[in-house]
Amino acid sequence: MDSDRIDQIIEKHHGEASSLIQVLLDLQSENHWLPTKALQQVSERLDVSYSRIMHIATFYKAFSLVPKGRHQVNVCMGTACHVRGAPRVLDRVQDLIGIKAGETDMELKFSLETVNCLGCCALGPVVEIDGKTHGNVSAADTPDVLQGYE
Amino acid sequence: MALVRSAEDLEKLRQDIASRRNPDRPCISVCVGAGCLAFGAQEVIDAFRAELERQGLQAKVDTRGTGCPGFCERGPVVVIHPEEICYLQVKPDDVPEIVSHIIGDKEVVERLLFEDLDTGQRLTHESDIPFYKHQQRSLLCSNIKLDSKSVDDYLALGGYAALEKALLGMTPEEVLEEVKKSNLRGRGGAGFPAGRKWEGSRNAPDEPKYVIVNADEGDPGAFMDRALLEGNPHSILEGLIIGGYTIGAHEGFVYVRQEYPLAVENVTLAIRQAEEYGLLGSNILGSGFDFVVQVHRGAGAFVCGESTALMTALEGRVGEPRPKYIRSNEKGLWNKPTVLNNVETWANVPLIINRGADRFTQIGTEGSKGTKIFSLVGKINNTGLVEVPMVCP
Repeated sequence: MDSDRIDQIIEKHHGEASSLIQVLLDLQSENHWLPTKALQQVSERLDVSYSRIMHIATFYKAFSLVPKGRHQVNVCMGTACHVRGAPRVLDRVQDLIGIKAGETDMELKFSLETVNCLGCCALGPVVEIDGKTHGNVSAADTPDVLQGYE
Repeated sequence: MALVRSAEDLEKLRQDIASRRNPDRPCISVCVGAGCLAFGAQEVIDAFRAELERQGLQAKVDTRGTGCPGFCERGPVVVIHPEEICYLQVKPDDVPEIVSHIIGDKEVVERLLFEDLDTGQRLTHESDIPFYKHQQRSLLCSNIKLDSKSVDDYLALGGYAALEKALLGMTPEEVLEEVKKSNLRGRGGAGFPAGRKWEGSRNAPDEPKYVIVNADEGDPGAFMDRALLEGNPHSILEGLIIGGYTIGAHEGFVYVRQEYPLAVENVTLAIRQAEEYGLLGSNILGSGFDFVVQVHRGAGAFVCGESTALMTALEGRVGEPRPKYIRSNEKGLWNKPTVLNNVETWANVPLIINRGADRFTQIGTEGSKGTKIFSLVGKINNTGLVEVPMVCP
């Protein structure tokens, strides 16, 4: 990731140590993962120890320390989706893209995660791809949902 | 834009907004809360705008993207004002037909109305639908009436009147007394009396003090806080500023999970709008009271919904709870007195100040007053949000 851009993001949050999580969230959303070099730069600029940054980056679910696929697939495992068949949908998604939840495929096409309740329970089971919500997904129509992503 | 610096300024601003509006002009309200959006509400509102433009009607009919009215099961929900005709499960294909009726014969599109399966009757108005009929909606009722991205809509509905009343007409002690008298209890789940929490912070010797909105709503199946924050962010800000005034805090935080992008967007926008009008910042309404608010996005940790964990996360550290031998209203964020309340608790504050504690305590049980929003989810017929009195028959 471009080091000037990282400085810009830090600047946006006024370079305060208390903004560390907000800075990392912005880096994560732009770059989809947090490379070591970027974290070292954040550590220097905010004057926060590298170990503390690693503590935070591994604690919060939003952060990834490994490269992510071009498309982020989130399968909601909240209670409402669960009782409507989310586990079967997850199985089918795992079969189709050949990775387990928490993994990224070799071509860096998809990253798969299970997530907590997204709050659109009227639509369960819900699969969210790159921020777009697909509702009432059944195991049978999972292939259609995953189609069209390159 | 001129800052609002007195009660007269605020009144003038309200009149100015009202003079630009015609209450009789038809308005198409489409719920653009996260649930309806997932059902395709954006496509529906786009279709309405395109159709109005095609027919050259932009000046005759308004459109408005509103917050969640609660009936998520039948989204996208569309309400036509001023008749308040309620259409459910509207698709972009239905749009031309609806528009032609608004302008032409004023008839309703029967097939999009709610059908009562017991009687086979079609019900035209939201208030007739059984799902809404038994509710008492003092908080959620505003959601469908205002554009969730418009501060003017909130002001037109009488928004920030409670702030005016508190800052210009009441001492902090009087506000505190009113909140205590209302017996408002925390809506996050623990039900701790808000007035007592506020009083503890107010009396704590340390400075500065802080107020926080807990919008880290992570319990599976719960989305009432999101509906409020997305749909009516100014009502929460108004409650928060009043809270700050009461305990003597000049800085507030909204801690909202990043999994709620629309809530983050709308509350951030609301803060900017309030700043532009001078409803946040220095010398609010000419009262001499200064107050600023920051949004902090949660990075995906369920535990951060716990108050002390949330505060450590706000400090930019790993969100881990600490034992509460000393309450956080005495030593909270950066070890300073901090009042943290849930979104819904804050949203109740303007109601209490506006209508008075006596009116608020008319609803509910002996020990718990007011209304509560519940989310109904699972293998049920009507998924959505309902708001009912604390006592239920």
